[in-house]
Amino acid sequence: MNDLSHPEVDFTDYKSDVSPVWCPGCGDYAVLSAITKALAELALPRENVALISGIGCSSRIAAYTSVYGFHGIHGRALPIAQGLKLARPDTTVLCAGGDGDGFSIGGNHFLHACRRNLDLTYIVMDNAVYGMTKGQASPTSAADWTHSKLTPEGPGVPPFQPLDIALAAGASHVVRCFSGKVQALTKAIAEAIQHPGFSFIQVISPCVTYRPEMRDLKHVVHESFTEPCTDRREARRRLIDDDGFSLGTLFKSVEPSYKPCHQNTKTAAELERQFAL
Amino acid sequence: MDHHVLSLAMTGSGGAGVMTVGQILVDAAARAGWYGLMRRSLGPQIRGGESAALMRFGHRPILSHGDSFDLLLAYDWGNINRFAAELPLRPDSVVLFDPDAGDVPEVIERTDARCVAAPLSAMAKTEKGVRANMVGLGLVATALGLTPEDLTEEMTKALGDKGEEILASSLAGLKMGAELAADLPAGVFPNGGRPTPAAKPRWSITGNEAAGLGAIRGGIRFVAAYPITPSTEILEWLAPNLAEVGGQLVQVEDELASVNMLVGASFGGVPSLTATSGPGLSLMLEGLGLSVSAEVPLTLIDVQRGGPSTGIPTKSEQSDFNIAVYGMHGDAPHIVCAPTSIPDCLSTVQWAVASAEAAQCPAIVLSDQYMGQSRAIVDEPAAGGPVANRRIAAPEDGAAYKRYALTNDGVSPMSVPGVKGGEYTADGLAHNERGTPSTQASDHQSQLDKRERKLDILDCDEIWAETAGEGPIAVIAFGSLTEAAREAVERAHGDARLIGVRVILPLQPELMAEALKGVSKVLVVEQNHGGQFAKFLKGHYALPATVESLHRPGPLPIRPTEILAAITALKGDAR
Repeated sequence: MNDLSHPEVDFTDYKSDVSPVWCPGCGDYAVLSAITKALAELALPRENVALISGIGCSSRIAAYTSVYGFHGIHGRALPIAQGLKLARPDTTVLCAGGDGDGFSIGGNHFLHACRRNLDLTYIVMDNAVYGMTKGQASPTSAADWTHSKLTPEGPGVPPFQPLDIALAAGASHVVRCFSGKVQALTKAIAEAIQHPGFSFIQVISPCVTYRPEMRDLKHVVHESFTEPCTDRREARRRLIDDDGFSLGTLFKSVEPSYKPCHQNTKTAAELERQFAL
Repeated sequence: MDHHVLSLAMTGSGGAGVMTVGQILVDAAARAGWYGLMRRSLGPQIRGGESAALMRFGHRPILSHGDSFDLLLAYDWGNINRFAAELPLRPDSVVLFDPDAGDVPEVIERTDARCVAAPLSAMAKTEKGVRANMVGLGLVATALGLTPEDLTEEMTKALGDKGEEILASSLAGLKMGAELAADLPAGVFPNGGRPTPAAKPRWSITGNEAAGLGAIRGGIRFVAAYPITPSTEILEWLAPNLAEVGGQLVQVEDELASVNMLVGASFGGVPSLTATSGPGLSLMLEGLGLSVSAEVPLTLIDVQRGGPSTGIPTKSEQSDFNIAVYGMHGDAPHIVCAPTSIPDCLSTVQWAVASAEAAQCPAIVLSDQYMGQSRAIVDEPAAGGPVANRRIAAPEDGAAYKRYALTNDGVSPMSVPGVKGGEYTADGLAHNERGTPSTQASDHQSQLDKRERKLDILDCDEIWAETAGEGPIAVIAFGSLTEAAREAVERAHGDARLIGVRVILPLQPELMAEALKGVSKVLVVEQNHGGQFAKFLKGHYALPATVESLHRPGPLPIRPTEILAAITALKGDAR
C-alpha cells in the first residue's frame, strides 16, 4: 500500500461547482465525498482521471467532480469506460452508476467487463430501487417488495447477487461497502484505484425517498469480510452465508487483464502493398 | 458488348470448389492484364450449400455486374432453382454442364441458352487425384486467352500448402480443361482475344478490404467489433492490419458495447470506427445519438443486407437508407455517405473518418453486400487523401474552458484527458456551453443550432456525387447501383446523365441544383422495396416535376438494361 497522506491536496479540488440533484439524506453524497477524498489521498492530477457514468440518480455523479467525466446513456457506462481505458491506458478510469444501470440494462456489459479485467474501478451505488423514475423495483429489490405501482405484488423474482456474479465472471477485486461508513469507503476506493485489474465495489447507498426503511441499515450492515480472500473458490464459499450486508473486501487477486495487440511495425503505405498484383 | 469481354458464372454445390477456382481465375486474369470483377453468391448454409462465382472481365475497369452472363459453367445443378434468377442468361449465352451431374434443369432450358456438355468429372477420373473443378478452370480460362501456364502461379498460391501431389494433379486438370476447350464445337467461347498488359500498377481488392484500408488511411486507430454478415471481413481485415500500424481492435460482447466503446475511445482522443449491418445499426442508434449530443466523433460502416429483422444476411439490399438518415431520436445532425463502387469504399470511408473528426459527430457509411463482398481489379488508387484532424482545445484556465462553446462555425475545440485545465463532463443530457446539464430552452436551442451549423464546415464540392453525361434525364442512384446506372447512362447515348450521390447528409442543395441544370426528368434507382431514397430526394431537394422511381428489394440486382429501359420509357413519357 502506498503512503496515502498528501496533506497538500484538498478533496474539494475534485468537486465541481454543479449542485447535485439528489434528495437530502441520499447515500450518494457520501459516495461523492469518498471518491473525491480517495483521489485527494492518491494526489492524482485531475486531468489524468476520468469518471464515466450511465443514467440514473447516482450516475449524475460524473458532473459533480472536477476530473474528466462522461455522463453517457443508460446501461452503457462500462463500455464507454473500457473504450477509454483501452484507448488511453495512461488515464485512471473510474466508472459509477446505480443497480438498475449496472445490473439490469447494463448487465451484459458487467459480465464482460469482469471477464476482461481491465484496470478500472466500478462503483455501483445500490439502493435496490429506480429512484429517477420514481420508485420501481430494481434487480436487487426483494421478490416480495410491494411498494412499487409497477409491480404491486412485488417483482416476483429473486434479487440479483452482485458479488457472486462478479466473482463468477472474473472480477479480480470484489468489495462491498456502505455509504454510511465514508472512511472505509474512501479507503476501499483508493485501494481499488491502485489494484491492477477490474475492481468492483458494491456500495449499499440508501434511497431515503423511495426506500425510507433503508435509513436503518446502519444497524444492519456488519464487517464480515475482514481479510480479503485471494482464492476465488474460498471467496465463493464465504458468500454462501452472506446476508447481503457483509462489508469489506471479499476477494482480491492480481490476475491477467485483456491486452490488445499493438505492433506498430508498418506504415499505411506499406500495408497497401498486399493489394498490388 | 463494349463494357466487357466476358461475363462468366460458375456454380456448384458445397465442395465443388467454385470459389477457389473463381479466385484463381480472377487473379490470373488480372495478372495477365484483364480488368475484372467477381461477386460471390452464397446460400444460407454455414458450410457447403449452393454457391456461385459471378465474374466479368474486360479491357477497361469493371465495377458493375452487368446484365447477363455470356457463359455459365455448372459443375452440378444442386439447388439451382434457388438462385437461377441471379444468373440471367440469353439465347446466345452458352451453358457448359457436366453430363455426369444430370440433365439440364428446366429453369436453365427455359432461357434458350445453348447448352453444351463438358465431361469434366469423366475427364478428371482418367487420372488419379485430378478434380473436376480444375478441369473446369482450365476450360473456361481459354475464353480469356489464358493457358494452364498462365494459371499455374495463382493456383500454386491458392493451393500451396496442400502438397506437391495435389499441385501436380491440379496442373494436370488444367491441361485437360484446355484440351477439352479445343475439342468443343466452334463458337462456344466468345472470342475475348488476349488481355492488354497493364501499363500502370493495379490492385485486387474487395469493397470490405477497401473500406478497412480507408479507415486506416483516415487515421482510425481504435475499432470495437461484433461480427455480422456481410461486414465481418472489414473487421477481420482490420484486426491484424490495424495492429501493424499501432492501432487496436477489440472484439466485444454486443453492438451496444461496440458503439459505446467507440464513444469512450474517441472521448480519449483516438479516432474510432466499427463496421456492422442492419441489425447492428439498429442496436447502435442510441449510442450514435450520444455521439451527436456529446459531440464525440465516430465512424460506422453499415454493409447493408436484406432486411428488416434478420432478413437475408448473405444478400444485398439498400434498405437501411431510412434508418441511417432518420433513425436517431431527437434532432440529430450527422453525416451519411455512400461509396459508389468497390475502390470508392476506400476514399469514401477515409472522407467519412476525416469529416466525422472535423465536425465532431457520427458518420455512417452505407456500403452494401454487392460491393462489400465483391472483388475488383482496379488501377492503384491515388495515395494521400484527408486524415483525421480534430480541433483540440488547449485551455489554460479550467474555469474558463467551455467544451460546448457557441463558436461561429459551430465546432467547439475539444479537450481530451491528459490536458490540464480542459477537464469537463461530456453529456447526453441537454447541456449548456460548459457541458452542465440544462433544461433551459435557450441552451437547448443554441446547442441544437450549433450542431446543425457545424456540418457546413465540410467541403463536399469534390466528393458529393459521381456525375457523368449531360442528357436531360438525370439518373440518381447511390451505393453499388451507381455503376450500373453509369453503364445505363453510357448506353443511353446522350439521353441521360448520372448523379451518383455520395454525400447523403449533410444535404447539398446548391450542388444538386447545379447538377440538375438542363434536366427535365429524374429517374431514381435503388435496391429496396419502399423507394426510400426517392422519397428522401423528393422531400429535401428541388427536383423537376417528373420523378420516376425504379426500386426493387434484393437479392436480384437492378441491371443496367433495366435502368436503360426506364430511361427510354421516361424519354417517351409526354409529361
